[in-house]
Amino acid sequence: MIHYNMPSLGADMASGTLLEWLVKPGDRVKRGDIIAVVGTEKGDIEVEIFEEGTVDALLIPAGTEAPVGTPIAVIRGEGEPAGPPPLPAPARPVQPVQTKAEQPAPVATPAGKNGAARDTRIRISPVARKLAEELGVDLTGIVGTGPQGAISRADIEAAAARAQSRAAPVTPPPPAAPAPTEPVSPAPMPTPPSKPGPALADKSSADFQAGMRRAIALAMARANRDIPHYYLMTRIDMSRALRWLEAENLKRSIADRVLPAVLLVRAVALALTRVPELNGYWIDDRLQTSEAIHIGFAIALRQGGLVTPAIHNADMLSMDETMAALRDLIMRTRAGRLRSSELTDATITVTNLGDLGVESVFGVIYPPQVALVGFGKITEQPWAENGMLGIRPVLTATIAGDHRATDGRTGGQFLDHVTKLLSAPEKLWEPAS
Amino acid sequence: MNATLQADLRDLFVEELARIAPEADYEHLDPTADLRATLEIDSFDFLNFLIALDARLGVSTPEADYGKLISLDDLVRYFSARLQ
Repeated sequence: MIHYNMPSLGADMASGTLLEWLVKPGDRVKRGDIIAVVGTEKGDIEVEIFEEGTVDALLIPAGTEAPVGTPIAVIRGEGEPAGPPPLPAPARPVQPVQTKAEQPAPVATPAGKNGAARDTRIRISPVARKLAEELGVDLTGIVGTGPQGAISRADIEAAAARAQSRAAPVTPPPPAAPAPTEPVSPAPMPTPPSKPGPALADKSSADFQAGMRRAIALAMARANRDIPHYYLMTRIDMSRALRWLEAENLKRSIADRVLPAVLLVRAVALALTRVPELNGYWIDDRLQTSEAIHIGFAIALRQGGLVTPAIHNADMLSMDETMAALRDLIMRTRAGRLRSSELTDATITVTNLGDLGVESVFGVIYPPQVALVGFGKITEQPWAENGMLGIRPVLTATIAGDHRATDGRTGGQFLDHVTKLLSAPEKLWEPAS
Repeated sequence: MNATLQADLRDLFVEELARIAPEADYEHLDPTADLRATLEIDSFDFLNFLIALDARLGVSTPEADYGKLISLDDLVRYFSARLQ
């Protein structure tokens, strides 16, 4: 039996509202399946499962808000018999619904007894343990959302965010700390609150924005505190790339046209295959590069704030597939229908402020990533080449790099590759071989 | 030019723009203002807008003409000319 817990979809997330179940008991699920829609401060997120098995029970009804880490479903592994009905999770029904959430909740039962893991040791990744020490987070109060209920970085960050919001006088009282899966000492579980919580749908846009700002504040303050940024900038003559794109688009119907932003994403993806040191995370005091290239693309929300969902395996996509992927991400971001992996997987971030008329952007790295690439508006500028002065469409590309992970030389090599790729746009068309 | 066509086009543009930027006040939209700046429409939104107009009016706008489409008045002028 595996408990599927309310996932943490960002450093700030304290709780989520289960808006809709997309599976029911008896359904088979496999890795990557979307099993539910959860309302968060970043919109409604489709949450994926990373286990294989059969849905044994859904522990909270739709419309219920639950703290991060609360078990919300039970998944039965291959060949496991259906177990006894699991204990209901402490949950706060938004509307009075006749469900198991209204049954008397267990008060003093250590949840570890019905969890998958039974050892008394707290399961936690080394990274998360270190982060917990740094942030002064007490591990006993945390339910892990990682593999086998292990406590992950995200869980620690969520716990720290909860602690922070508790300290803030203006915020409403947060939900009770989630029950520990494996308490070290036989501490009694916190009594689940029985009062109904506010429905996410009723949250005003001011609340939404406040939540979004808190999320950005937490990540960016941490970035500025922990990451020694270095910045590099280069100007790129875009005349070949734009001419080539124009000729390509002329052959296409309007619905199949490709935007210049797609060229930029392709150039970043291919340059990262040459300079992999910028693609990955700074964890445990060392650079951990990622084989997969998932480009987080900053998308502004109309109601304010921004989300940077990932274009998965961007180096493997053709130009048309990249355009389709971006279009799809932008639409789903604005409609509030992102998937959980898209919110948590990015290995680097690209921000493109060209539409705002800004010439260059020096970004703040999204931790634990180690680089952020910025593009400004393509403007006509005087350009000297081969002793001649001409006017060219010029793009300013920048990189913010984590100096713990790489040096300016690495960032310089990366920008050099981006420049070369944009000067030979035909190379951008097909996926990396 | 046909005044009815122009009024119809204006309504259609506002309807499509409102899908992209629903929060804007279209009653008081300056018809000479830069639409992309006023409504904060990015290049993806703008392309989607033109795709929608292509579908509804059968007028496909070449990239070379994007520069002629700045304000609501520009759009009305451009599309009524293309439709006649």
